[in-house]
Amino acid sequence: MNEQFDVLVVGAGAVGCAIARELSRSQLRIGVVDKGCDVAAGASGRNSAVVHAGFNNKPGTLMAELCVEGNENFEALCAELDVPYKKTGKLLVAFDEAEMETLEKLLRQGEENGCKGLRMVDHAAVQKLAPNVGGFGGLYSPNTAIFDPFLYTVALAENAVYNGARFFLNNRVVAVKKDGDLFAVTTSQGVFKTRVLVNAAGMFSDKISAMVGVDEYHIYPCRGEYLILDKIANDYLTIPVYPAPTKGNSGLGIHLTPTIHGNLLVGPNAEHINDHLDYGTVSKTQDELFAAAQKLLPALQRKDVIGAFAGTRPKLASPEEGGFRDFVIKEEPSVPNFINLVGIESPGMTASMPIAKRVSAMVQGILQPAPNPDFCGKHKNIIRFAEQTPERKAELIAQDPDYGEVICRCQQITKKEICQAIENPLGVKTISGIKYRAWPTTGRCQGGYCLTRIVEILEKEYGVRVEDVAYRDEGSELFAGRVK
Amino acid sequence: MEKYDVIVVGGGPGGLAAACAARKAGAQRVLVLERDSRAGGILNQCIHDGFGLIRYKQTLAGPEYATRAIQEALDCGVEIKCGTMVVDMSAQRQVTAVGPDGLHIYEAGAVVLATGCRERTRGAVMIPGTRPAGVFTAGVVQNFVNIRNIMIGKKVVILGSGDIGLIMARRLTLEGAKVLAVVELMQNSGGLQRNIQQCLYDFNIPLYTGHTVSNIVGKRNLSAVEISRVDENNKPIPGSGWTVECDALVLSVGLIPENEVAKAAGVKLDPRSNGTVTDDYMQTSVPGVFSCGNSHAVMDLVDFVSAQGEIAGKNAAAFCSGGQMEQWVLSRLSEPAKGLPEPDALNCILCPNGCRLRYEADGSISGNKCKRGIEYARQERTDPVRTLTLTVRTQDGRLIPARTVEPISQAKLMEAVAALQRITLPDRDYVCGEVLVEDLMGAKVVATANIPAQHP
Ligand SMILES: Cc1cc2nc3c(=O)[nH]c(=O)nc-3n(C[C@H](O)[C@H](O)[C@H](O)COP(=O)(O)OP(=O)(O)OC[C@H]3O[C@@H](n4cnc5c(N)ncnc54)[C@H](O)[C@@H]3O)c2cc1C
Ligand SMILES: Cc1cc2nc3c(=O)[nH]c(=O)nc-3n(C[C@H](O)[C@H](O)[C@H](O)COP(=O)(O)OP(=O)(O)OC[C@H]3O[C@@H](n4cnc5c(N)ncnc54)[C@H](O)[C@@H]3O)c2cc1C
Ligand code: SF4
Repeated sequence: MNEQFDVLVVGAGAVGCAIARELSRSQLRIGVVDKGCDVAAGASGRNSAVVHAGFNNKPGTLMAELCVEGNENFEALCAELDVPYKKTGKLLVAFDEAEMETLEKLLRQGEENGCKGLRMVDHAAVQKLAPNVGGFGGLYSPNTAIFDPFLYTVALAENAVYNGARFFLNNRVVAVKKDGDLFAVTTSQGVFKTRVLVNAAGMFSDKISAMVGVDEYHIYPCRGEYLILDKIANDYLTIPVYPAPTKGNSGLGIHLTPTIHGNLLVGPNAEHINDHLDYGTVSKTQDELFAAAQKLLPALQRKDVIGAFAGTRPKLASPEEGGFRDFVIKEEPSVPNFINLVGIESPGMTASMPIAKRVSAMVQGILQPAPNPDFCGKHKNIIRFAEQTPERKAELIAQDPDYGEVICRCQQITKKEICQAIENPLGVKTISGIKYRAWPTTGRCQGGYCLTRIVEILEKEYGVRVEDVAYRDEGSELFAGRVK
Repeated sequence: MEKYDVIVVGGGPGGLAAACAARKAGAQRVLVLERDSRAGGILNQCIHDGFGLIRYKQTLAGPEYATRAIQEALDCGVEIKCGTMVVDMSAQRQVTAVGPDGLHIYEAGAVVLATGCRERTRGAVMIPGTRPAGVFTAGVVQNFVNIRNIMIGKKVVILGSGDIGLIMARRLTLEGAKVLAVVELMQNSGGLQRNIQQCLYDFNIPLYTGHTVSNIVGKRNLSAVEISRVDENNKPIPGSGWTVECDALVLSVGLIPENEVAKAAGVKLDPRSNGTVTDDYMQTSVPGVFSCGNSHAVMDLVDFVSAQGEIAGKNAAAFCSGGQMEQWVLSRLSEPAKGLPEPDALNCILCPNGCRLRYEADGSISGNKCKRGIEYARQERTDPVRTLTLTVRTQDGRLIPARTVEPISQAKLMEAVAALQRITLPDRDYVCGEVLVEDLMGAKVVATANIPAQHP
């Protein structure tokens, strides 16, 4: 690789992908590098997937401003990108007077930030919004929403590719040097030259920044674990339910969030750890999560749990300091043409597009590119067979018999959808890549039925060797080869 | 809209027996809908023997049992439609199914649900640790290894000593993997005694009862698991653990009735087990909808599943015609012994009586109801023999499930496996029962399933 770009983005999370997509409105040579084998390999694939309203953040911060802006535009953006989105609203419940006061303060903070429609609700109203939830009263936010964070990131990336951006996955950035007016970015696979460099490397944004010579940042990894509950859990709850915030907490408290697919997430806790990528789950935490969830929703049962995962927050606030520090989004004065994004923790998904717009404005200022006349912001997602009417299902099968072959039994995902997921424009052929795009292996059998069939499709129709079928990154190959 | 007297959802042994019985009880048009490309259900991947001792008075391999059940259904005039998944059903017994040939809506006089079960997963048992590749459930491993010719690892730990865990320990060992440990949470194994003997003891595989896997290690691929002793609440005891390096963890931690279709029709499910709630006639809370087999309640023995299917099918036909229904009574009398074998005792496995044989101090053997038991006990002490079940590869990479007709010496099992490993069969159709190898250490090897040639 010895190509030259106008803008190179390090990191293909939601933020990096949103930036690439925004920049593709202009005539620019855009590259995105990521060490992962797919987009959304970092925090963007490991979060609560809530479009926050913006009342949690301190007035006057970028976090507050970009969150409110992001919330306002998220629905339209998801419609344009064909990403599942649902405005559920959100409920914060108080268990005593003191917590009610905390929530009232939160309401005032939210109003100052420009959040609309916030209101305090009494016990009866809580029961109406979330019939199974305990508590004394609460704060209701009508504009909070849920969405699919994987498809969101994938759609941004694929739309960026459609508009001319190029993605280089499996490229870990190991060094950056100044080369005249250019940056020479060395990755595990080659050297990329670029006029403008954008650091959207999430957990490692401090390291990338230091490679460029700006070493004043330190990221403290703070892990959040989740339990995933079965779809029956959705009978209990259709709106995210949070506890009242406590001071100094590095997260928002263990909450219950329905996912866009109808599961329920419990979590996350907030635990400072040393390893940036330690996505392990701990028995003690799992017990804590379950207990906290049961406090909010007494009807939950242990057997509703079908899975677990963890994410890490890239925090600028040290464990001693606690709480949140504001996003850093700026062109570093000491290194012109280097745009630095550090500490993009929650609400980074919500704010991803406003962040991209800020970055794009900086790039416009530096490079003054012409607009891209061919830009088209519309993206089409894979058609979900399960969501169609019987008539439409019959039509689809008539068009393509692969729609008649159900591969994932729990969620009725067909062979056609699996094949479309495999044929994605980024060229990702891993099991997790298929999972993010078509959503198999995520139901209650967790791949018990579909995994064998997906492997067969990869093998027979796409010529992938059994030994090369990988769950995720290189090194995560699933099989030892043939039996005989 | 097509009309049938009885529609059976699921073409496993339960569904096939139900369909057959419905026809025999007078139902005119009986249809089995099966989502897999062939009927037989989970049995197709259970290539080991031990099926049918009660129903057919002989021990068959899973696919052999399935082949018989399919043939019986076809002989009764049952229609079997494979590659077709039921995606919806109403309480009025309108059944919606999809297959590559389109979306079908059927109307049924009565329905029998025989949709089998699924496996509990890592999430359900909440094993902490990382989430690397290399953690599989036993049924998935069985499918990969026995049907798709894919090996899942070389150094394996198995969690769960139910029959499926035990069977997989032997299967993986025979296919060249090293099974380092079988770990069981309970103080005793829930598996059959004969499986503990033939799958673990025969191969010196250690069994740790009262233990669990307390941590999973490895970022991308599994590199190790931690095994710990558990306390009286089945929680790992801190400090009691040790680490075992491995590249695959196989979970055999329970089965859950599969009841999506039942749920769609509004059939009442047991909130604890997820099985269907039925009356004594196997009729669910929705009139005219019957249920049997593993989707009703998970059973150890396929023989019972078939028996229950017959009752459900017969009563479904009776529902249509207004005839007399029959009650389901489970006879547990002939269930084989479970749990760790006792020293100096042995369960005869030659017939459903399952006599508990005892080696007396004077060298004699007691507890047998017939002479064959004595012979069996002697043989077990001196030179135990085993029926070897495994697969033979064809040139184009298909696996033909097979077994030896005559038992071979337990001491020579691995040698026999190695000899078979060298054999490659020509590409053609194979039928259940045909001889694949004339002489494997003195035994004939026969195919245990019908496997058609691959058409390009
Ligand atoms: C537990 C948790 C819950 C959250 N809940 C919410 C929520 O409900 N709503 C919300 O709005 N936000 C939420 N967030 C925050 C949100 O997930 C993040 O702010 C957002 O994902 C950040 O996106 P990103 O693109 O900056 O980072 P990431 O998605 O982490 O992307 C960074 C990328 O950089 C790549 N990278 C790193 N180093 C290198 C290198 N050396 N070379 C090449 N590539 C590299 C990584 O592989 C990664 O793909 C949550 C976060 C966490 C952890
Ligand atoms: C791994 C394993 C090992 C076993 N080993 C032994 C043994 O050694 N000895 C013994 O006696 N028993 C054994 N058993 C038990 C015995 O095999 C089972 O109890 C028996 O096969 C259950 O029969 P069934 O018809 O209820 O379910 P299954 O055999 O599971 O059949 C259910 C069928 O329904 C189909 N189906 C489900 N949903 C739909 C739908 N919506 N539309 C269309 N089709 C659908 C499925 O594809 C499947 O073919 C074992 C079971 C398992 C799981
Ligand atoms: S001893 Fe005889 S009767 Fe008893 S189980 Fe063995 S074969 Fe059957």
